[in-house]
Amino acid sequence: MNTEKKRRNDYRARNHPAYWAFLVHRVSGLVLALFLPVHFWALGHAIQGEASLDGFLRFTDRPLFKFAEWGLVLLLAAHMAGGIRLLLIEFGDWTGLRKNLIAVTAGFAAATGMAFALALMF
Amino acid sequence: MSTPLTQVRLWYWGRISSMVLAFCVLVHLAVIIYAVRGGLSGAEVLARTHGNLAFGLFYTVFVLACAVHVPLGLARIVREELGWSERGANLFAALSALLLLVLGLRSVYGVVLA
Amino acid sequence: MTTTLEVKVWRGKEDGGFVSYEVPRLESQTVLDVVTHIQRNIDPSLSYRYACRVGMCGSCAMNVNGKARWTCRTHVSKVASHGQLELAPLSNLPVVKDLVSDMTEFFDKWARARGSFQGAKTRHEPFALVEPESAQRRAADAGIECIGCAVCYSSCDVVSWRPDFLGPAALNRAWTLLNDVRDVAGVERVMAVSGDAGCHACHTQGSCTERCPKHLAPTAAIAGLKRLSVTMLKRQK
Repeated sequence: MNTEKKRRNDYRARNHPAYWAFLVHRVSGLVLALFLPVHFWALGHAIQGEASLDGFLRFTDRPLFKFAEWGLVLLLAAHMAGGIRLLLIEFGDWTGLRKNLIAVTAGFAAATGMAFALALMF
Repeated sequence: MSTPLTQVRLWYWGRISSMVLAFCVLVHLAVIIYAVRGGLSGAEVLARTHGNLAFGLFYTVFVLACAVHVPLGLARIVREELGWSERGANLFAALSALLLLVLGLRSVYGVVLA
Repeated sequence: MTTTLEVKVWRGKEDGGFVSYEVPRLESQTVLDVVTHIQRNIDPSLSYRYACRVGMCGSCAMNVNGKARWTCRTHVSKVASHGQLELAPLSNLPVVKDLVSDMTEFFDKWARARGSFQGAKTRHEPFALVEPESAQRRAADAGIECIGCAVCYSSCDVVSWRPDFLGPAALNRAWTLLNDVRDVAGVERVMAVSGDAGCHACHTQGSCTERCPKHLAPTAAIAGLKRLSVTMLKRQK
């Protein structure tokens, strides 16, 4: 077994759209995975009654939380759209790395983020 | 030791769960954007969810799909980025699945039935 | 256009370093011309590989400014920003010396993925009939031009992160053979590529497809393997 350290690539080899798509998918997935238990715990306040849930929601009424919520919505939309791109690559006919879908992912995430921000503010 | 059959199954269920989640997330995003207008309040949320069995069923499916999908991704990350062994990664994945299942189903219970 | 190039070349093994050379810049110069100039006129101790020098053999593959390419097919004008070049051996492979990589594990994985044809007919039987326009043959044809240069292998991060990962080239070859109607080792080959560090470990980063000098798409082959593994194992159950 070769135990020597092998040469690795740096950012220059990774600087292409399909790789960025992978990066976004992984980072968004990780953040969402860490968020999910917190989300479930928050909703679980309902077991102690409406006042308990409401108290928690009041606590999150600050700008920092709202900004974080917006970020999470963005990441969720991006992760989903990127995932659909992967499903198409794996199950659909091969038409290349579907870089058009990378653009669609970004657009969908941006649009969803905007819809959320607007709904939040108005 | 991981066999081809295991690998295929993990990949397969990962993809199935992702298809389920694609649908669930679309619905959820729409619900979020609708619900968040004018701010969130406990009363509003529970008024919509309490006793709503269709809602309960939808979110139960959502939780189950998450409990399958999320640990698979996390297992990859700990193996590739942190260099954990296969056993360590599998244990971590199993624990994550359990955590999500318990907390998730508890929260669905909380907003629908409690 | 500058009159000289400042070329940083990796010298030594994994624990070596970059050494700078000044090379006269010429029109229509390829990176292979540059390396050859250094070895013939400046430092004869430099080790590097090439053979055909016309983009057919893949021997000259190395990292140019961080990206795996064939030096004979890389014009200096396309890659030398501000008259500078950085040359290093391929990633993910042990270094023999300077710009020469040890390709042993690359081909070992090729064998592990059962990347060789296995037929059942003898010379006494009629020729096999292979429909050229069939979906299977077109899938095979799309990937059979691989000459094993290891540019894809060098470019893949999953190879870096999972040392056992079979890699894009071996998996691509397995896919072409699985689509060869004359081959009889299909089940064993699917098993061989579906192990812990097999086709399912691919994250569709696409660096292989992005960098392949023959414009092959190992990403497509691996996606095909993933699908095939499900259908084949369903039949086995």
